[in-house]
Parts: sequence; C-alpha cells; structure tokens
Amino acid sequence: MAILQNELRGFSAARSLGTAGFVVLLACLGFGQTANSCLDCHAALPDPLGVTQEKFSQDIHAQKGLSCVSCHGGDPASDDPDKAMSKKSGWKGKIERKQVPQFCGSCHSDPAYMRQFNPSLRTDQLSQYPTSVHGKRLAVGDTKVAVCTDCHSVHDLRAPSDPRSTVNPVNVANTCAHCHADADYMKGYPIHTDQFAKYGTSVHHEALVVRGDLSAPTCPTCHGNHGAAPPGVDRVQNVCSNCHAFQAQMYEKSSHREAFQAASLPGCVVCHGNHDIAYPTDAKLGTGPDAVCMKCHTPGDKCDQARAGLLANLTRLDEAIKGAEQILLLAESAGMEVSEAWLRQDQARDSLTKARVTIHSFQTDLVDQDIQAGLKIAATNLQAGKEAMVERNRRRAGLGVSLIAIVMVLIGLRLYIKKIET
Amino acid sequence: MFAVLLHWFDERLNWDDLIAPLRHKTVPTHRLSYWYFLGGITLFLFGIQVATGILLLLYYRPGANEAFESVQYIMTQVRFGWLIRSIHSWSANLMIFTAFAHMFSVLFLKAYRKPRELTWVSGMLLLFLVMGFGFSGYLLPWNTLAFFATKVGTEITGQVPIIGKPMMIFLRGGEEVTGATLTRFFGFHVAVLPGIATVLLLVHLLLVQRLGMSVPPKLEAEWMANPSAKQEMKFFPNFLLREMMAWYVGLGVLGVLAAVFPWNLGVKADPFVSAPAGIKPEWYFLFMFQTLKIIPSKLWFIDGEVLGVLVFGLVGFMWILLPFLESEQPSPTKGWITGLAVFALAYVAGMSVYGHLAK
Amino acid sequence: MAAKQLSETDATRRHMIEAFLGGGLLASFASFIYPVLRYLIPPPVVDLGGDEIVAAQLSEMKPNSAKIFRFGSRPGLLIRNSDGTYRALSATCTHLGCTVQYRSDLRQIWCACHNGIYDLNGRNVSGPPPRPLDVFDVHSRGDEVVVSRKREA
Repeated sequence: MAILQNELRGFSAARSLGTAGFVVLLACLGFGQTANSCLDCHAALPDPLGVTQEKFSQDIHAQKGLSCVSCHGGDPASDDPDKAMSKKSGWKGKIERKQVPQFCGSCHSDPAYMRQFNPSLRTDQLSQYPTSVHGKRLAVGDTKVAVCTDCHSVHDLRAPSDPRSTVNPVNVANTCAHCHADADYMKGYPIHTDQFAKYGTSVHHEALVVRGDLSAPTCPTCHGNHGAAPPGVDRVQNVCSNCHAFQAQMYEKSSHREAFQAASLPGCVVCHGNHDIAYPTDAKLGTGPDAVCMKCHTPGDKCDQARAGLLANLTRLDEAIKGAEQILLLAESAGMEVSEAWLRQDQARDSLTKARVTIHSFQTDLVDQDIQAGLKIAATNLQAGKEAMVERNRRRAGLGVSLIAIVMVLIGLRLYIKKIET
Repeated sequence: MFAVLLHWFDERLNWDDLIAPLRHKTVPTHRLSYWYFLGGITLFLFGIQVATGILLLLYYRPGANEAFESVQYIMTQVRFGWLIRSIHSWSANLMIFTAFAHMFSVLFLKAYRKPRELTWVSGMLLLFLVMGFGFSGYLLPWNTLAFFATKVGTEITGQVPIIGKPMMIFLRGGEEVTGATLTRFFGFHVAVLPGIATVLLLVHLLLVQRLGMSVPPKLEAEWMANPSAKQEMKFFPNFLLREMMAWYVGLGVLGVLAAVFPWNLGVKADPFVSAPAGIKPEWYFLFMFQTLKIIPSKLWFIDGEVLGVLVFGLVGFMWILLPFLESEQPSPTKGWITGLAVFALAYVAGMSVYGHLAK
Repeated sequence: MAAKQLSETDATRRHMIEAFLGGGLLASFASFIYPVLRYLIPPPVVDLGGDEIVAAQLSEMKPNSAKIFRFGSRPGLLIRNSDGTYRALSATCTHLGCTVQYRSDLRQIWCACHNGIYDLNGRNVSGPPPRPLDVFDVHSRGDEVVVSRKREA
C-alpha cells in the first residue's frame, strides 16, 4: 500500500485517473449492471435532487426492471448533463404535482400494461382519485393536497404489503398524519387536525399497530384510500357494519336508527366516537363522564329508566360471574375439584358478551334473555363452588375426628408409660 | 393369646435367640437424649413414603402426556386421593428436614466416633439418597415448576468438568428434559433408589442395633469414671412406647398439613414456554442454588459455577469421611468438627432463608 | 383396708388407660384404614381426559352435524362431515373466548358473539378472530369416536 502511494505521489494525473476509474467502477456497479449516468450524479446531490443507488434499489419499480428514464426520460448512457437531460433524449424532468396522478395513471390504470407485472393489481386508482376530496381540490388548483407520491413515497416506493411501506396498514395512519395532523399545514381547511392523535388512543390502533391484528381498521379502511372521503353522516353505520355486523343489524332495527337519521346524527359515532373509539365499558350506560345515553335523554324519562335497568342487569350478571369465580378459586386452592364449573363459567361469560352486543337493539327484553341465561349458569357455578366448600369442611371434620383419636392414643401412651415406670 | 401366637412362630422360626438381645437393649437417658428420636422419626416418615408411594403407584401414569392428568385424577376423582398425595408430598419434605436434623444432631453429639464410623457413612449415603428421592419425585407430577426446576438442576450437574455432560445426559435420558427424563426419574424414584435405600437402611439399622446408642464424650467419660451415675432405660418397651408417641404426633402433623394445606398441583409443563421468572428449586436445594447464584461468574481462571459445583462435591465427599478425619487423641484442634458443624448449620440455614427471600 | 383401696384406684386407672389406649388405637387405625380402603376402590370415572377422550359414539351423530364435547378443561367441537368423516377442533373462539358452533347451512364454523367465521380446517376466514382454531386428531376405536391432541412432531 505504502509502495503504491510512493509510486503515485507527484502523479496528480495518475491520481485523477484513479478517481475517474473509481467513478466508472461505481457506475458499473449500478443497478442491473446497465449504465445509469443519472444516479452517478444524483447520488451525490443533496435533497431534493438526491437519489442514491441504495435508496432506489428498495423501490418496487426498480425491482421490476424500470429505471430513472422509465418515468423521467433522458439518456442514461451519457455522462454529459446537457445531453443526458435534453429534450431530444425525451427528458421530462420533475413531474409537476398537478400532473402526478395522470402521470402514474398512464401505467397504473392501463390493465394491459400492468398485466405483465402483476395481473391481480387493481387499475382503478386513477378513476377513484377524482371522486376523493384530494382529487376534487387538485382539480380546482389546490396543490397542497395529496397526490400519489405523497402517500406512496417516490424513488423508494414499496408494495403496500411490505411492512416498511408508507401505505402498509400498520404505517398508513402516520402517512396521513403528515398533513392531517399538521395544524399549520392544514390552516385554511375546515377540518380538525386531531384525528391522528385521537386514533392513537383507540382500540383499533391498539389492535392494528400494537398487536399487529391486520383485521383492525386504519384511515383508508373507513375513508377509502384513492377515493378518500369521509363516509358521510348518514352512512357511517354502513362502514362500521362491515366488521361489526351484529351490532349494526340490531341497530338498524332499533328505535335509535330512525331517531338519529331524522336528527342527522352519525349513527355509531354518536356513542362510540369516530377516531378515538375506546374499549366500551358498562360505564357507557351509567351516569358518569363516560355515559352516552344521558347526552340526549332526560333524567327520569322512560328511556332513562330503561337505561338504568339495562345497566343494573349487566352489573348483576357481571357480579354473579365474579362471585362464582371467587368461590371457585377458593375451592380450587383448597384442593377441591371444580373443573366442570370453570368450564361453565366460560358459558356465563359468553352470555355477558352477547348481552353487551344485544344492547344495540335498545330493546330491554332482548337483552334480558341473554342476561337471564347467563345468570342461570352463574348460579349453577356458585352452587358447585359452595358444594365444594362443604366437601372441604367435611374433610376438616374428618381430620378433626382422626386428631381426636390420635390425641387419645397419646394420652393413653403417656399414662401407660407412667404406669410401668412407677 | 398374643404370647401363644409368638410361641407358635418361635417353634418354627427359632427367633427367640435373635429377639432376646432386644429385650436387654438399653437407651441412655440424659439431657440430650431427646435427639435420639430423630432417627426413628425419619424411619417412620420413610415408611409413610413407601406406603403412600405404593398407593399412588396404583393410579399414577408416568409419561409426559398422562402424568399430570393422572395426578389431577388422583387429587380430584380418587376417593381420598387428595389425602394420600398431600401426605406423600408433605412427608417427603418433613423427612428431608428430619434427615438433616438427624445428621446434625449426630455431628453435635459426636455419635460418629469410633466404632460408629460406618453408621455415619451409611447414614450420609442415605441422606444423599433421600435428596435424590426428593429431586426425582418432584418431577413426577410434570408441572411447570417441576419441569424447570429439573432443567436447572440437571444443567448444574452438567457443569462438572469432564464427567458432567455425560452425567447430565444420563440423568436426563437425552440432551434436554423431555418425557424420557420423566420415565427415567420414575424408574429411579420407585425402583433404583428404593432398592439401594433398603439395603443401606438395613445396614444402618443393623449397625445401630449392634453398637447401641452413643453418648456425648463428656458424659461418656463421667460414666466411665462413675458407673453408678449411668442412667438408661430399656428399649423395649419404654423407649419404644415413647417412640410410638413421637410417631403418632407425626401422624397428626401430617394429617393437619395434608387437610389444611393440600399440596398444589400447578399447571401442566409445556417445554416450549419460557421459564417463569425467579424459578427456584425446592427448599432443601436452596442453599446450594443460592450459593451458585452469588459466586462471581469468574474466579481466577475457573468458571464460577463450575467452581461452586466442584466445591460442593468436594465438601459432600469430605463430609462422608468426617469420622476418619478426626484423630482419637485430644489435640489442639479437638473441637474443630463441632466448629465446622456450627458453621455448616448456620450456612445451610442462612443460605436457605436468603435463597427463599431473594427474587 | 388400704391395700383394697389402692387396688381400686389401680383398677380405675388401668381401665382409663385401657380405654384411652385401646379405644384410641382402634379409632386411629380406623381413621387411617378407612381412607386407604376407599382409595383402593377405583372411582366411577376412569377417563383421565388428558390428551385423549371419547367424544361420541359412532352411531350418535348425523352427517353434517356437530357436537360440543369437553376436552381436558376446554370445550371442543366434533363435526361429522356430510361424507361421514369426522373432524375435531378447539371450540374456543380466538377472538374473545366465546364457544363457537357449527353452521350446517354454511358448512363453516361460526362464532355467535361477533360473527367470526372459520373454515372447516379451523382457519379464520372472516370477522374478528385473529388466529385459527387448534385442530385435533380424530379416529374411531370400535364404537367410539376418539379425539386426541395432535402428536408432537
């Protein structure tokens, strides 16, 4: 090494030759081993012109064999920037924001073209986009709204199924939040910017992002992705009903449906919220801060009474189950056999779960059915636990009897010893 | 009536010559003679173990897929199965305790001196066997705690240099703790160990009968000088009756423990679940376990755990040979075994408590 | 006179000792032997219910029907397919623990609590369940349909 340096010292020409050779080497290491003069320069440029080989190799377009010129045009073989980025070589330059949807759509909405890459990929994104709020606003000249590259990223665009993709279900809420949670950016638009923060507190977020349950909803699930728009006040329950089928069915047949519709209230959202949907507890039926019924109903009216009855029933069943559980735990730790009763406890809990779903029918007699079924089972279990405790006491009585016998023997032995030793 | 029956057997077995010395056997009585009961109590508890163990054998099924369920079956379906099993578990723990107490009392009363060295040796071997009984029996219900305690315990055995790994594989019936380990431990617990223990027990009892009860040295000297000061009672029936009282108290204690504090069943072992935090062996291994935990990971060039295991092995071996290490003539270090015994007792007790309280 | 008195107290003492000792020994032995004797008699329920259980009789179930049975400490679902074969799965829904049921109209497994659906292989295909149901082995033994846990590989 030192020898080489010695040889080259003083040979500045040789040194620049080495550097050039090095650059050529780098260029030859370009993706697909094809000459790509674009990356040679742009890899060294700062943002927003910078794109490194490393970054671009993550892009799904690159992986499918496309390169810079596929979108930007130009001549990748030429090292001269003027030649490489000339109109003659088809250079398109940076695509204008307003043009982006049309531009991406030129491939992505062409089924014949997309078939050669992935026949099952949808090609309706471009037709959906103009129906969205983003699309509509872009059409009237607002370039602040999201276009394809804002959500999907550019130059390191990953397939949505890739966990690192900006539009993967687990990540997409963050992507939406880039704009929608930025109060300064959203100044001038008539919508809130707290949705992302609220979503972060919700059960859906906990299920999807924390527990990784991909069946849980995120922004596009309810709002759509390419045709993104709020569902509309009178159609919210349709969206929720896609997953929460039972509750929706019962709600449809209930008195609240007509009432909410007439008052232009957004169905499920009235009681459960939209972005900050929390784990529902029986407190929703109460009179405390979490209570939802009393937001509309008057205290003392027959609905309030029905509510109180529902809450009382649910609490009763919950307590019956807990009471049975307590005694079963006691019996079990005393060594008694109560496994049948434990199994039945599950059934009792099933009834409670069902009752909480039936609430959405707002019919007390229907809820009652579930409650009564559950109460019966819980009562049986409580009985089993009590019987186990009786058995346990019988054992202690038996122990007592044998202890008495043992004490008698001990006394007898003592007396006998005394007798034979005096 | 009883005498008639005895006479009938004597005519056919000619055992009067054998029993005659028993009639004359005496037990010295002095301030410390209560300690003499410990050996008998340990024997009694061993008898309980054999009886309850045989009863358990009627329902227990060894094998990873049935063991836990069979113990559950015994605890819940078999009439008084809970009683037999709880007595077996409690008596096991009590026996290990009385065995240790018996050993320490023999140390402190210096009953290991000539001519009783072989009684000591057989007794120490019995003590190790008893701990082996405890270790092998603990695994048999195949619950999570037992599974991981066995894993850790056999892992430590594997730390012994050169022979450790083969020993561990022998114990485990393979590289890991599996159903094969359970089968093997079952074989140890109900056949191998009982066989060896029976032989050693017979030797031990025979020696005790032949050599009589030892008396602490100072008292021995006193009585030698003044034979009329010697106090003793006949073994049969006086000492035996007292022994019976002790045994009945033991029965009562076992009954209370089994009925009021039934032995836990736990959760079935799942080899693919990670070990619960803070896993510890049973209390009688705690002092060794805790020692290994506090030894620094490297001492000079030797791995800490290996050193710990080697030291315990060495101490155990030396402990068996204690009687041979003490010279008969009085010397400047005359009381060193007593001092060692005090230290050992304090160490075992202290480390056990420490191990119990530590996370 | 005094000697007679002495022997009287002696006699009562002896009686007392005999009563305590004899009665106590008898009672204590009885209290030991009784449990042991009861223990020796096999209990009525012979099944351990651990890794294997008789879930049904061969003639019991119609094709395209199902039955809930107890497997250890959890419920299991035994399904008789339309072609007469059997399959068995865990009946505890992986969503919130409700007991699932077989829908002979859908030929799928359905959870009534939140409309979760599993296919007959236990895979969660629709609704909230996040994981499939555990599948058990089924084979027939004589007249009985026996369900057992899948053998460790």
